[in-house]
Amino acid sequence: MGEFKVHRVRFFNYVPSGIRCVAYNNQSNRLAVSRTDGTVEIYNLSANYFQEKLPCASGLTWVLGNQTWVIRLSRQALKIKYALDAFGGPIWSMSASPSGSQLLVGCEDGSVKLFEITPDKIQFARNFDRQKSRILSLSWHPAGTHVAAGSIDYISVFDVKSDQAISILRKRKIDRQHLGVSKRICIVWGVAFLSDGTVISVDSVGKVQLWDSITGTLVKSHLIANADVQSIAVADQEDSFVVGTAEGTVFHFQLVSMNSNSSEKQWVRTKPFQHHTHDVRAVAHSPTALISGGTDTHLVIRPLMEKVEVKNYDAALRKITFPHRQLLLFQFAHHLELWRLGSTVATGKNGDTLPLSKNADHLLHLKTKGPENIICSCISPCGSWIAYSTASPFLRSALHILFSEDSTKLFVASNQGPLHIIQLLEGSFKHLHTFQPQSGTVEAMCLLAVSPDGNWLAASGTDAGVHVFNLKRLKLHCTVPAYNFPVTALAIAPNTNNLVIAHSDQQLFEFSIPEKQYTEWSRTVQKQGFHHLWLQRDTPITHISFHPKRPMHILLHDTYMFCIIDKSLVNVVLRRTAHAFKISKIYKPLLFMDLLDERTLVAVERPLDDIIAQLPPPIKKKKFGT
Amino acid sequence: MVEGEESVRVVHCGGSALNFRRAAFSADSRYLFCVSGDFIKVYSTATEECVHILQGHRNLVTGIHLNPNNHLQLYSCSFDGTIKLWDYLDGILIKTFIVGHKLHTLFTFAHAEDSVYVITNKEEPDVFQLVSVKLPKSSSQEVQAKEVSFVLDYINQSPKCIAFGSEGEYVAAVRDFYLSVYFFKKKTTSKFTLPSTKTKKRSKNTFTCVACHPKEDCIASGHMDGKIRLWRNFDDERKYTYTCLHWHHDMVMDLAFSVTGTSLLSGGRECVLVEWRDATEKNKEFLPRLGSTIEHISVSPAGDLFCTSHSDNKIMVIHRNLETSAVIQGLVKDRSISTGLMVDPRTKALVLNGKPGHLQFYSLQSDKQLYNLDIIQQEYINDTGLIQIELAKAAFNCSGKWLATVEQRKERESELELQMKLWNYNKKTQGFVLNTKIAMPHDDHITALCFCNAEKAENPTLVTASKDGRFKVWILTDDSDIYRKAVGWTCDFVGSYHKFQATNCCFSEDGSLLAVSFEETVTVWDSETWELRCTFCQRAGKIKHLCFGKLTCSKYLLGTTEQGILCCWNLLSCSLEWSAKFMVSVLEPDPTSEHIAAVSQSPVGADLFVFKPSEPRPLYIQKSICREEVQWGVFVPRDVPESFTSEAHQWLNRSQFYFLTKSQSLLTFSTKSPEEKLTPTSKQLLAEESLPITPFYFILGKHRQQQKEHLNETLKEERVQLPLTENIPAINELLHTPAHVLPSASFLCSLFVDSLLLSHGTHSTEGIPDDVDMEEEINSDDSDEEKDLAEETQHAAITDLGEDIIHQLSKSEERELRKLRKVDYSWIADL
Repeated sequence: MGEFKVHRVRFFNYVPSGIRCVAYNNQSNRLAVSRTDGTVEIYNLSANYFQEKLPCASGLTWVLGNQTWVIRLSRQALKIKYALDAFGGPIWSMSASPSGSQLLVGCEDGSVKLFEITPDKIQFARNFDRQKSRILSLSWHPAGTHVAAGSIDYISVFDVKSDQAISILRKRKIDRQHLGVSKRICIVWGVAFLSDGTVISVDSVGKVQLWDSITGTLVKSHLIANADVQSIAVADQEDSFVVGTAEGTVFHFQLVSMNSNSSEKQWVRTKPFQHHTHDVRAVAHSPTALISGGTDTHLVIRPLMEKVEVKNYDAALRKITFPHRQLLLFQFAHHLELWRLGSTVATGKNGDTLPLSKNADHLLHLKTKGPENIICSCISPCGSWIAYSTASPFLRSALHILFSEDSTKLFVASNQGPLHIIQLLEGSFKHLHTFQPQSGTVEAMCLLAVSPDGNWLAASGTDAGVHVFNLKRLKLHCTVPAYNFPVTALAIAPNTNNLVIAHSDQQLFEFSIPEKQYTEWSRTVQKQGFHHLWLQRDTPITHISFHPKRPMHILLHDTYMFCIIDKSLVNVVLRRTAHAFKISKIYKPLLFMDLLDERTLVAVERPLDDIIAQLPPPIKKKKFGT
Repeated sequence: MVEGEESVRVVHCGGSALNFRRAAFSADSRYLFCVSGDFIKVYSTATEECVHILQGHRNLVTGIHLNPNNHLQLYSCSFDGTIKLWDYLDGILIKTFIVGHKLHTLFTFAHAEDSVYVITNKEEPDVFQLVSVKLPKSSSQEVQAKEVSFVLDYINQSPKCIAFGSEGEYVAAVRDFYLSVYFFKKKTTSKFTLPSTKTKKRSKNTFTCVACHPKEDCIASGHMDGKIRLWRNFDDERKYTYTCLHWHHDMVMDLAFSVTGTSLLSGGRECVLVEWRDATEKNKEFLPRLGSTIEHISVSPAGDLFCTSHSDNKIMVIHRNLETSAVIQGLVKDRSISTGLMVDPRTKALVLNGKPGHLQFYSLQSDKQLYNLDIIQQEYINDTGLIQIELAKAAFNCSGKWLATVEQRKERESELELQMKLWNYNKKTQGFVLNTKIAMPHDDHITALCFCNAEKAENPTLVTASKDGRFKVWILTDDSDIYRKAVGWTCDFVGSYHKFQATNCCFSEDGSLLAVSFEETVTVWDSETWELRCTFCQRAGKIKHLCFGKLTCSKYLLGTTEQGILCCWNLLSCSLEWSAKFMVSVLEPDPTSEHIAAVSQSPVGADLFVFKPSEPRPLYIQKSICREEVQWGVFVPRDVPESFTSEAHQWLNRSQFYFLTKSQSLLTFSTKSPEEKLTPTSKQLLAEESLPITPFYFILGKHRQQQKEHLNETLKEERVQLPLTENIPAINELLHTPAHVLPSASFLCSLFVDSLLLSHGTHSTEGIPDDVDMEEEINSDDSDEEKDLAEETQHAAITDLGEDIIHQLSKSEERELRKLRKVDYSWIADL
């Protein structure tokens, strides 16, 4: 094994944004996560919890910031479908009716506005009775006939007469007088309407309360926290719900029969989970798991053991800290940074830490124009070009951009399918060619790889297919057979032009582009199968690279480990203790790692402690024994 | 005499653990039952008095439970393999069911007719199983109960690890990391396992106790790490769920649900009783500072009382609103006894180490702790690994006026903290008051301390011997200053002998000589001049015990050595009188006679020898008095001397020998036959006057009282007799009213004296009794009327009635007082 000089880069001050909102869709088994900086991430739970490249869940998802825009996102085209001003000040809450045809919006001024959703637009229908203060939470009755709206110090229950265009809305006020000793206001952070007419509310005094919406009486109250309870999610079967508190605790409530021979059931607080250090701002309840996210930027997926059929690796707790994406340039939400690595003249033994003779330089700080977030960025190998793409609600945006090896061409994968090739000249550039997607499909391309000799371009879309284009002839060369799981990383090896594809279920394929078939190594590996420890890792491979002098080596990494696969050892491999897999776990969490030259590696780390240090302080809790 | 023929037996003399099992309440929560060695004790929850001792088991009683079908009966089981049914009100054994196996605990509940559940163990020593025993219906006293059916296997032997669910539908058992639930109807067992991996956090998941909700399907389990888990949905092995309550930082010792199930009680080493209301983490109440680890918690069936058993052999009865209402304290024995056994000359109580840092005074007669004397006077922090200050030595002087205590704390070899305290008995406060505190009286451990016991000695003198090679004489001197008159202790003399460690010290009976042993040598000092008079040396190892003979044998000095030689020196001739070779572990002189008891230790057991120093032959030998090592012994003078004539029994005449074994059971010698000893000494309590006062009682009880009075009067007319003490209301009142509600003693005194006088017999106040009778008749009429009234308006009237009658009672009392005042006392002056 060759020895590498490793640059451990830790000056990347990237802090993931806190999670603001989590939504789960049962049909597609996808999870939408919105962060406080306005980005939306979609995780495919069936595909090993891999993050799909950009927005979208179930055909429709609703994203809200503190903006006065109603934004509708479409899944397939990965673009924002519609935006509308609600004219009611900042929107605090939004909820679509169970049928999906109506949308309610709670505004700052206390108005609840009903919108009709048509396939291509959203139309304002009517206003509900104006309330005194801002509407912070909304929940539909599963039948779509009633709506509960949580505000400050009260919850209103509206009756939606759906058969008429203009209906009389009955409002019932549920007084919240018995809210403890303090006179501070009680903010209803979340409400949930159950089909039997029970309204569950969570509020800022730390209580979970069950109300009867018909009589407007308090049924049961659970004091669970000293701080705010900020979020609630109910399971589809309505036999359990989950709440998240500002203390970082997630509580699970279950509907439990009190006695084996009576049918009387009661909501009982069951398990507390403490996976977060900060506020849990959003929770979701999938049929088999509790999902929570909060200010501490972690997304935690906690499976419910009693719902899991077999105790395999799916039953393990997942904690996703970083979005699954390559952060090539130091890409922040609103600016880019360019650094020169430090260098050293010293040499040392294996494992030594070398002193720096020259510190790292901060070369460039590039701020974006406008408020949009940067989606992707790239620096050309010659170092003279920087390209970045921002997310815009109205324009098409690029999902991945890549320079060719000789820095003459720029490849852009856009969110609507076509791939653009741009020729870079001295001081100017021109559009060279566009690969149109195959007949009719509007599949976004989200990963690109170019061969070092500049002949081949591989592109993978959201549907797991990988297309290989011939850049000389500017046409589609071939398509790699489709696989069930999305592609997490792509790379084309120098010289051999073998395409290495990593999938989210930890499978690894090697595809020979000239021969249009899988290589011998890949076939053997598939026949033998990977070692179960390899398959049980839960973070996807985010980057693949090759050693220029050792063609048999593949270098890849995920957030927790860096691995070199030696293809020559294939026959001894995999069954036993991963001989061909040289794994190093000293760098974690590892955001990026690549070869600088044949003797030097660059590892970009972001220690979790540094992130926590930059987060706002959590709610102080007395710890026993301190 | 007949006693001469009777053999001397070794008997347990109380002081057995009250906290071995959960205590049980009677259905009306007026009595509390607890196991105590081979007996069951019945206490009154109101007065803390032991009402009955149920005796009959021949081995340790391991479980008690009220008979669910008749709440005036009590089941008990024992290691002797029997289940006994008792009538606890009268203290009568009703039935004995012989099972045959060792029974570890017993459960009953109403739905299981005629069968009880017991834990027995199989042939293997550590495998226990829960079985149900069918109790056959039979009229005979002793019944064989052989119909045994198996319920659960591989369970924990502790009854805390078994709980029966609501209405006996299921039973929950915990062991290690498992909770298993057996459903009687379905005959299925569900098993739930907690993770038990080796990581530090998980390894404390072990179950410690379990309790079942009385109404709902909910099981509470306590764990090693202080968590309480509430299990629900446990009829489904997959859909089960639990929630955690965490307050305790150390293991949860016991759990109990209140009768209605609305609150859960838990306790542990923190000495805090926690009440969890509605099983929510945020809603909890505490009863802190209970003194020592809570071992068991039980709840009365009426729901108004709880009780906690503590590791210091204490039972606390706690009211529903978490206020302690009664404390039943037995002999504290969860610590090693370093002071040895002593007898307080004033109270004749046994004095030994009690709670940490305390000296306990334990009454042998009533098997009750009299009081605790806080010696160290520091907050005790219960933490493992913390080196505590220990009360190492204590001694009384012969009058009981002075008490000397030595406390020590040794953290490292070089750092020894020593403190000697001298306590003066204050007659006013009836307690010991700290007089002198001496820091570092010696440079090393104090090995012995003794007072000069000469009664005519004008100055009390104390001698301490220490490992630093010195003995010091402390005398009481005047310590007055301009502010107050006071006395204090100062060092008078320091003696040493060739830099040997002083191991023992002892005063002769008349106080003229002091013997101090320095390793192998015994030195005798004149206590007047502190001159060394003579030395004895036997070259047979270090001296272990040293004592002077008493009375006629006061010219002898006895010593035992580590190599097992008992020597007797004659002080007049300064020579060895005799010696004998045997290993003595306890050498104890009887202060009231010449007898000396020696306990020798052999691998098979301990033997007792009683001898007089004047003769080298034992007067009495009892082989193998117990299997364990005997640690301490003491002679306690008898209140009433016995009169044995035979030489072998004479030593029992004036005092009784008590000894303490390594497992801290207190034993003594008795010649009484078991039956004789078993007769309860106090059976007269438990009277009718403790009946609850209801309106019905006022109506009926009134009539009865009148009838009684009538009877008394007729008797008195016939003959003048001394009234029985029981019949005098003033005495009854005095004895049966709690002290804190009694009027002042000066007021009571005249009443009391009056009542002893034959007031009814004097004819000077003839008219008054008739008057009273008449009035009482009127009263009874009144109450009859009111009774009718009460029947008409049942709800509201009852309270009024009660108040009225109480009012009337006080009136009649007043009348009685008036009557007593009018009695002519002039004849007293004539006397």
